[in-house]
Amino acid sequence: MGQSIIELKGLTKRYGDFAAVDHLDLSVYKGEIFGLLGPNGAGKSTTILMMLGLTEPTSGTVHVCGIDSTVNPIDVKRRVGYLPDDVGFYEHLNGRENLLYTARLNHLSVHEASSRVDHLLKRVGLHKAAQKKVGKYSRGMRQRLGLADVLVKNPEVIILDEPTLGIDPIGVREFLNLIVALSREEQLTVLLSSHHLHQVQQVCDRVGIFVAGSLLAEGNVTALSRALFSDKEPYVIEVVVDTAGIDNDGTQLAAVKSALLGLNHVTSVTFDEGTWRVGSSNDIRADVARTVVNSGMGLLSLTMKEYGLDDIYTKYFEGGDAYGKIA
Amino acid sequence: MEKLHNMVNQLKSNTWLIRIGNTVNRFQAKVNERNAHRVVHPFWIIVRKEISDHVRSWRFNVLLFLIALTCFGSLYTSITNLVDELSRSSNADDPFFFLKLFTLSDGSLPPFHVFVGLLGPLLGIGLGFDAINSEHNSGTLSRIMSQPIHRDYLINAKFVAALTVISVMFFALGFLVMGFGMLIIGIPPTAEEFLRVIFFLLLSVLYVAFWLNLAVFLSIRFRQAATSALSAIAIWLFFTVFYQLIVSMVAKAMAPPDIASQGQLLGYQQFFVNLMRVVPSQLYADATTTLLVPSVRSLGPLTMQQAYGAIPSPLPLGQSLLIVWPQLTGLIAATLVCFALSYISFMRKEIRSR
Repeated sequence: MGQSIIELKGLTKRYGDFAAVDHLDLSVYKGEIFGLLGPNGAGKSTTILMMLGLTEPTSGTVHVCGIDSTVNPIDVKRRVGYLPDDVGFYEHLNGRENLLYTARLNHLSVHEASSRVDHLLKRVGLHKAAQKKVGKYSRGMRQRLGLADVLVKNPEVIILDEPTLGIDPIGVREFLNLIVALSREEQLTVLLSSHHLHQVQQVCDRVGIFVAGSLLAEGNVTALSRALFSDKEPYVIEVVVDTAGIDNDGTQLAAVKSALLGLNHVTSVTFDEGTWRVGSSNDIRADVARTVVNSGMGLLSLTMKEYGLDDIYTKYFEGGDAYGKIA
Repeated sequence: MEKLHNMVNQLKSNTWLIRIGNTVNRFQAKVNERNAHRVVHPFWIIVRKEISDHVRSWRFNVLLFLIALTCFGSLYTSITNLVDELSRSSNADDPFFFLKLFTLSDGSLPPFHVFVGLLGPLLGIGLGFDAINSEHNSGTLSRIMSQPIHRDYLINAKFVAALTVISVMFFALGFLVMGFGMLIIGIPPTAEEFLRVIFFLLLSVLYVAFWLNLAVFLSIRFRQAATSALSAIAIWLFFTVFYQLIVSMVAKAMAPPDIASQGQLLGYQQFFVNLMRVVPSQLYADATTTLLVPSVRSLGPLTMQQAYGAIPSPLPLGQSLLIVWPQLTGLIAATLVCFALSYISFMRKEIRSR
């Protein structure tokens, strides 16, 4: 895991009586991609602002790269790149000029700045649009420009607030792949906030679930689902078979069922209209497939249902009253 | 044409010129090279960007056009009336003849300093009303604030940039008027006249700076640029139109009876004048007239005792400056108050994205 690069301890931010962030403890380790997940208004953005020293915490401490963000925000901002949600650029300038401005605010000379900016524009695939006014950029191009803008200062950590908001699915995939590639290339630590579960699931090493100002759980997605669904099966394998070849008396079904139940890790087996549902505590797709084929049934498809963040999400929110205020 | 062509060719082949040209080019290249590798402090980067934004913006160019137009309009009227004035004037060698370029008018078009008093606020408001809120609304504020710069750089740089633009503009216009005046009437200004004009220009910059700061403060206070522009214009209108009305109403209500003593009358006059001086435009008008019309020797009521024995001659610059000192201090104080207000509210503002 390595050393932690973002360290929050007992972090609290109150607006009057309302606690936007409530005694938050969180560590993000060097080189990982951490996803901060939560519904709107959970306090994700406030937490990020406190990490950058743009807002002062009511109590608690924030250390980024070993520096206290509240006391030394400038030093933190020198090392941390931040992409706000709905990032804005000077629309009357072109993409390259916008990046050059950021670069020069980061104490780069014209010479260094232009070579770095050109390199980054090429890296995010905007070198053809570099001379175009940002006002004419599409949403996806803006986000990519934002990513380049964040990287201009050569950061150790990048913080992306809702980076995929409002981009089409293909754009999202490209953007996330770009983030992953960049973070591996440049050994970056990435903190990503989102309420889009699937996207976070695709790219993050670890996620933290953040509701109403406090962290409910953290860990990688499998660990989370294992911890959360220990009462159920963490893995469900669905096998669709050809019903035409099955005997009507049900003996074949019973035999297959007992064979499946005999496999290791299997906890439950049900059959319903040509679909076997095999619950297990481990990934045993190969064994299940072999068993079904050996029994003489026509195997049509086999899929494993992993508990996604969706399920984790609903699990947390079904009992909680995160949306109670709206209703 | 042929001759000219030959001359240019000759110039082109002149070894000395070539050598000088090469030296200049080399020097230029060296400077460029050095600039390319120099790290400029972020504050000046912001200032540069703001200045270039202002200069390229339609808004500033429209205001510049407007002010240049009025400037040359009043120059025209003052020059056409200068001859009549000269023949009418009792002493032919008026030591402050040149200053009349800035103050003379036949009533069809007000003189330059009155125009500046009127349009200056508009210029200041125009350059400042969306300083912060437009950055906020376009989402650039949080991006800039996440760069390693102190928060006050942004607001200080915006102020410095707008002030630079205003100063360059006023000084350019003032010097242009002086230059044209010299060319047309053929009389150079004396050193004192020149200094008076410089002080007048400085005062104008200061006056616009006040409105600029007020507009910047409103741009921090209000999220919508339209709201901040409208409230700035409302303040301006209140001070230029309604405040006078209110003051004259109050004055009428408080008018002393006919049998009042001289002391009472004087106190009443003084009170009335002081009420008027709350308005920055009044301060500016008082100060500019004193500076540009050296025969003005007091801005309040003068009693017979005070006027008795005074030599009816123009005041020297130092004395004129002494008279406008309170006005100057008042304007500086008002400017600083607005700047302090905007500074504090900006430092306390929580910066979120849009």
